[in-house]
Amino acid sequence: MTNITVKICTGTTCYVMGASQLLSLPQLLPEGLASRVLVEGANCLDFCKNGQHGKAPFVQVNNTVIPEATIEKVKEAIRQAAETD
Amino acid sequence: MIYDNNAIRLRRNLLIDIAKLVMDGNLFEDIDRMPLTMYPQRSDAVRCCIYKDRAITKYRLMAILGHRVENETDELKLLSQYAREALDRQEPATPVLTVIDQACSACQRGSHYVTDACRSCVARPCTVNCRRDAIEVTNKRANIVQEKCINCGLCVKVCPYHAIVYVPVPCEEVCPVDAIVKDETGREHIDNEKCINCGKCMGACPFGAIMERSSIVDVIGRINGDKKTVAMLAPAMAGQFPGGMKKLTSAVKRLGFDDVVEVALGAELTAQNESKEVAEKLSEGTALVTTSCCPAYIEAVNKHVPEMLPYVSDTPTPMHYTGQLVKNDDPDAITVFISPCVAKRQEAIADPTINYVLTTEELGAMLVAAEIEINDCPEAIFEPPASSEGRTFAFSGGVTKAVREHLDETTEIKPVQIDGLDRKKIKLLQAYAKGKCPGNFLEVMSCEGGCVGGPCTLEGVGKARNRVTDFANQTIEKTPQQ
Ligand code: FES
Repeated sequence: MTNITVKICTGTTCYVMGASQLLSLPQLLPEGLASRVLVEGANCLDFCKNGQHGKAPFVQVNNTVIPEATIEKVKEAIRQAAETD
Repeated sequence: MIYDNNAIRLRRNLLIDIAKLVMDGNLFEDIDRMPLTMYPQRSDAVRCCIYKDRAITKYRLMAILGHRVENETDELKLLSQYAREALDRQEPATPVLTVIDQACSACQRGSHYVTDACRSCVARPCTVNCRRDAIEVTNKRANIVQEKCINCGLCVKVCPYHAIVYVPVPCEEVCPVDAIVKDETGREHIDNEKCINCGKCMGACPFGAIMERSSIVDVIGRINGDKKTVAMLAPAMAGQFPGGMKKLTSAVKRLGFDDVVEVALGAELTAQNESKEVAEKLSEGTALVTTSCCPAYIEAVNKHVPEMLPYVSDTPTPMHYTGQLVKNDDPDAITVFISPCVAKRQEAIADPTINYVLTTEELGAMLVAAEIEINDCPEAIFEPPASSEGRTFAFSGGVTKAVREHLDETTEIKPVQIDGLDRKKIKLLQAYAKGKCPGNFLEVMSCEGGCVGGPCTLEGVGKARNRVTDFANQTIEKTPQQ
């Protein structure tokens, strides 16, 4: 079982659009998953630059980009990543 | 604290878009098209249809351009015309809050309802205890007769299944002074005789129908103008962005401000002078002195607790002192105060040392529009640095602590705090003003947690408070002047 990397963007755009609330993610992960997930804050991931990835705030779960991220959307992506592993 | 939601995101996105248009010089050209670009033909409507979405977007943009939506006289007037007026305007105007009548969903009057959880039980404590005979059981379910119900809430308490709920009107519910009321059509209006500009309704409305009149285009215009512009960062700003106050200061400079100063410098003067005033007044036998720095509180006193007026400190606010410091240096400088507060707008309009007020949100939108990465900015050096007591004005208890530090042994204060205003606290203040205050120094903050809990914050209170404390700890202590 590999680890799942979650990058929460704290670049200016993502922060202004609500990233700070996403940073509470680690406390909200179910126990079974928490140990496998590595959550890190990141500088601007460049997804905000050309509109091609949707709207901020962005979170990246392994290689999947989540636009307009919410805690629930991120949790769902983590669950999927855990299942396909 | 306000939880993230789509109404907030929508407002921030619009602020960013407008800031970009002004910075790129495309405001007049592109603004009329914005509602259409946001809701193009055959796109999904958020409300009943895209035409309504577009109409409401137009009004949101009017507010962002600093106009009062209620003042519209000609529906055909274009946003580009409003934009021109905004850039020609010399100063912001009151009232600071505006209601988008079209966006208000005219929520039902706050009422109690019985939900599906009702089991039509044998005990039926709801019917037994209701003093207005307002609960009937029909079709195996309790029902509230709205005409009889007085919303006392007793049924909610006695129902063993928690089957009865109160559905409020969110804006009315949070207003501490009953300043937002329905008209005949059920839509909300702000009564400016009562409003204290606390901004609570703005965060509470799930339809985003209440907005503040932004100064974002005015400020960007001024930065591009020929006068010196000075950004004044309130102590609470240290908590609002990652990287803290030092990186934020550099980022704000990059926006084009000629200078950035911390309002904590003014807060020191407030603390010094307020403590002198407290010592003097208490020794003269005054029963109570109360703080003057929270503008929503002061407005609440003026409009709803006038009995408290004799006890309010005469000491000017940190914003005023800092504005004065800047204007002493250069009387022509344009001062822009930045904080998470809505009520400061009103205070600034009455204060000649302050030209504009921006909220954390507006500043954030400007940084996004200018593509400034705060994380990549260098840490600024503060010359001179404010003291830690000035910097901790940002949270509840900070003012009390600072004032106390300046007092000598001859003055003993018994501090009392009101942390966040609501209806009950207004009643409490009325009692305090009549001599019922259990202490002799009363600190009042309209927002829970103090300024770090303001209506336009980007960060939760806890984390913001920690960042402010960190920043305060990084200063060299000055010896208080007696
Ligand atoms: S700020 Fe998050 S992707 Fe750029």
